[in-house]
Amino acid sequence: MNATAWLLAIAQALLYVALAPLLVGWVRKVKARLQNRRGPPLLQAYRDLYKLFGKETRVAHTASPLFRAAPYVVFIATWLAAMAIPLLAVDLPTAAIADIIVVVGLLALARFFLALAGMDVGTAFGGMGASREMLIAALAEPAMLMAVFTLAMTAHSTNLSSVVDAHLAAGLVLRPSYLFALGALLLVALAETGRIPVDNPATHLELTMVHEAMILEYSGRHLALMEWAAQIKLLLYGVLIVNVFLPWGIARELLPADLGLGFAAVVVKLLLLGAVLAVGETVLAKMRLFRVPAFLNLALLLALLGLLGHVILEVGA
Amino acid sequence: MSITTLPLLQQLVLVLAAIVLFTSFVLLAQARLVSAIHAFAWQGALTAAATAVVAVAGHEPHLYFSAALTFLLKALLIPWMLHRLVARLALDRHVDLLRHPALVVMAAVALVIFSYWLVLPMVRLELAFTRNIVAISLAVVLIGLLMMVFRQQAVAQVLGFMSMENGLFLAAVSATGGMPLVVELGVAFDVLVAMVLFGVFFFQIRDSIDTLDVDRLNRLTESLEDER
Amino acid sequence: MNALLLTLALPFAGAVLLALVRPLAVAGWLNVAISTTSFGAAAWLAWTVATAGEVAGYGFRVDVFNVYLVALTAFVGMTTSVFSRPYMQHVCRTGMTTERGMRIYHAMYQAFMFTMLLALTTDSLGVLWVAVEGATLATVLLVSLYRTPEAVEAAWKYFILCGVGIALALFGTVLTYFAAQHVLTEPGAGLTWSILYRHAADLEPSVMGLAFVFLLVGYGTKVGLVPMHQWLPDAHSEGPTPMSAVLSGLLLNVALYAVVRIKMLVDGSLAASASPHLAGHLLMGFGLVSFLVAGLFLHRQRDIKRMFSYSSIEHMGLMTFAFGLGGPLATFGALLHMLVHSLTKSAIFITVGHATHIAGTQRIDNIRGLIRTQPMVGWSLLLGVIAIAGFPPFGVFTSEFLLLTATMQSQPWLTVALLTGLAIAFAGLLRHLQPMVYGPAPEGQRPVAANMLPVLLHLALVLWLGLSIPPFLVEWLNRATELISGAHLV
Repeated sequence: MNATAWLLAIAQALLYVALAPLLVGWVRKVKARLQNRRGPPLLQAYRDLYKLFGKETRVAHTASPLFRAAPYVVFIATWLAAMAIPLLAVDLPTAAIADIIVVVGLLALARFFLALAGMDVGTAFGGMGASREMLIAALAEPAMLMAVFTLAMTAHSTNLSSVVDAHLAAGLVLRPSYLFALGALLLVALAETGRIPVDNPATHLELTMVHEAMILEYSGRHLALMEWAAQIKLLLYGVLIVNVFLPWGIARELLPADLGLGFAAVVVKLLLLGAVLAVGETVLAKMRLFRVPAFLNLALLLALLGLLGHVILEVGA
Repeated sequence: MSITTLPLLQQLVLVLAAIVLFTSFVLLAQARLVSAIHAFAWQGALTAAATAVVAVAGHEPHLYFSAALTFLLKALLIPWMLHRLVARLALDRHVDLLRHPALVVMAAVALVIFSYWLVLPMVRLELAFTRNIVAISLAVVLIGLLMMVFRQQAVAQVLGFMSMENGLFLAAVSATGGMPLVVELGVAFDVLVAMVLFGVFFFQIRDSIDTLDVDRLNRLTESLEDER
Repeated sequence: MNALLLTLALPFAGAVLLALVRPLAVAGWLNVAISTTSFGAAAWLAWTVATAGEVAGYGFRVDVFNVYLVALTAFVGMTTSVFSRPYMQHVCRTGMTTERGMRIYHAMYQAFMFTMLLALTTDSLGVLWVAVEGATLATVLLVSLYRTPEAVEAAWKYFILCGVGIALALFGTVLTYFAAQHVLTEPGAGLTWSILYRHAADLEPSVMGLAFVFLLVGYGTKVGLVPMHQWLPDAHSEGPTPMSAVLSGLLLNVALYAVVRIKMLVDGSLAASASPHLAGHLLMGFGLVSFLVAGLFLHRQRDIKRMFSYSSIEHMGLMTFAFGLGGPLATFGALLHMLVHSLTKSAIFITVGHATHIAGTQRIDNIRGLIRTQPMVGWSLLLGVIAIAGFPPFGVFTSEFLLLTATMQSQPWLTVALLTGLAIAFAGLLRHLQPMVYGPAPEGQRPVAANMLPVLLHLALVLWLGLSIPPFLVEWLNRATELISGAHLV
């Protein structure tokens, strides 16, 4: 591992932080256009974060130190998880230190602290949001792991870099298992990042909110960090999906031209995915909370079928 | 023979077969009758598509005919007949909930594994690129059977029956490259006649018990107490 | 060849013709005429096979084994049609069914005969499947002919269970074809019995074992093997009586014929494998369970037709067991039992049809004093039950005796189970029979117009077979035994 690789890894990590609000802005913009609104400017998400950082941070007097620590933990855990996912190039040193199971673990850690913080102040909404979040997570995590195992089985490795590398090396292969794993991951991503039809990021309606309910008590830079972490999480899932299932364009050598191509490719793919997400959110309605288990059971079923499809159809006996 | 060594067209067959299996699950868990009929039509169309791709990939021209026959029968004619029947029986909005959906779906997953285990000796024979699909088609057959066991609604049971036929057809295509023409025509004829008779029976059942909930057909039992 | 084509063409043409003929009286007679001529054709075919050997061509193949069943099928079809003419007219008069229903009945009767004969004579495993499924389709509307809730329920059960069973059989057929394709060079020939038999030893044993399980479950549903028998008592009790007679006497035989053919094939394939007797053991297991369970169920029946349908399950179980046992003695006994059971059981169902018309009900408790009201029906029922229960001097005794001897030779400890089963079944039949025949006749019970000729003919034949089996029949069964078990008996 030479210095360039490390530098690139750090640059990639910073890119995650820097690009995350942009993706959210893009999705909002497309969604607004689809609803015949002009919508906020593309950079509005950055402005919101800047504004929040400048505001005074108020903390409820019933809050424990955990409440203050949670935003930092959540942000850092999410960021660390993001670092393990190849954005521009495979074979970066950050990818080598964490595999996909660690990513899932880090996300679970972030969620754990988020839920704790939600309950910490003792308001009704925080507790309700936390309990809902945990319900969704309990169902989404097995589906996510199962889908990831399907990928790992084809690549014989749980390291995401190796998965992408193996996929690229094999060329274009129509794998039934990937199809199902993709479906499962899409559903899980929708649930985990709090998008429609599981949660609505644009509402503060008491009866339905999940994520918003947990961070209701936060303000100022705490809130900014929480929001930012959520944006990184969305980007993380987006990159995971586009780079694992459509890895073409990602740099396999650390040359400037390849890296430039990798950057352009991932941006285009993310823009497309963001547009698809916006269309989906416009077409679908948010489902009742009671239906969410069925939704995630579908994800689990897809992941399971992916696994079985891999064993039955793709491995020579 | 791993999937990476197969040409793209043959990979496409595997993908189509996998989606056929998925439609089986959709059929199993779908509560709304009309949607279930759509899912069945999709399954028929996908089966036909898989057959057509096998014909192209395996250079078996007689399969084009089978594919066309399947498409006509399973994707167009039978779904159309079912739609008409459902409309005439005023069941358009009928919802037939499974009692333990998660358990039933898990049972179906277990059946997929069971089918795979069952046909392993065939897979080892290594005959054609389609041999892996035999497990999938047996799973479709068994899930159809499961659907007939767990669904109380006559139309849903018929859908299960017909999806079993889809699985059998897929099995014939994947294991042996299609049955002889006479047999295939005979089977298609039987399926069509069966569908017509099912239609007749829907009306007979409704006339006799005022519903198509077949669970209510329980007069004939082996208990000593039954006084008829 | 002409005889074969005629045998098949007659019922087919009959089905089309009877679907068009409107007047009931004409249709009834026409049905009798067609059935009689097709029996004539079948007899001609049997004679051809007996003198000139196998008849084959156009995808058909008739050897000593199936020609024997063809003749039996056509014969029972003929006698039942003679019985059905006045019987169904009576039914129609009482308003149980409509003119349209009667047209369906007659057309489907012939269509059913056609599918049976097709299943027996075809040389293809695939066409066999198509024909057996066709038989379900032809009879399912007849089971629900009376349109009572019970009849509709019985028909639905019959349809669904047999449909599912037969679907599994198709999967088994596909597996067989797969195994055949692996060894055969000529494409499309992989479903032909005659070619399959020639290459039986080369077929992959693991695949054939699996195929056999599917085929056995599939056709076994049609045979009425426990636990796939649920449809059988319902369909027999709720359908019109002539249907019960042909279902019991013919359909079950044909399904068993399919199972036996498949067993012959699988035995050839598994001979060199680790479990050479898999097929036989499976048949013995299913057969014995069916035999014992049906015997027990006989006791708790309250419907007369239901009771006799359980008796059919019992006897089919016995035959399945015997074919599973293998060996010339058991096979000979099973073939003979197929014959005498068909004749006796259809005679019983015909008699029961008259009995239910006399009593106006199918409930055993309400059928009383038949021998006083109409001695002919009473005596026939008595003799029929005595024959089916295995009393000497009737033919069923002979075949059961042979089966017991065969069991004693190869699996002595199973003889106990068989004897117990026979005793249970005997007790079950007799305890219901006695009051029906001898009890006091209810007030106002009147005799009905009954044509007992078919019954007497059947019972006389069974009696004859019990006293002495004619030499030509021995020769015939002997050759069939040799075909199935590989060795002849005498």
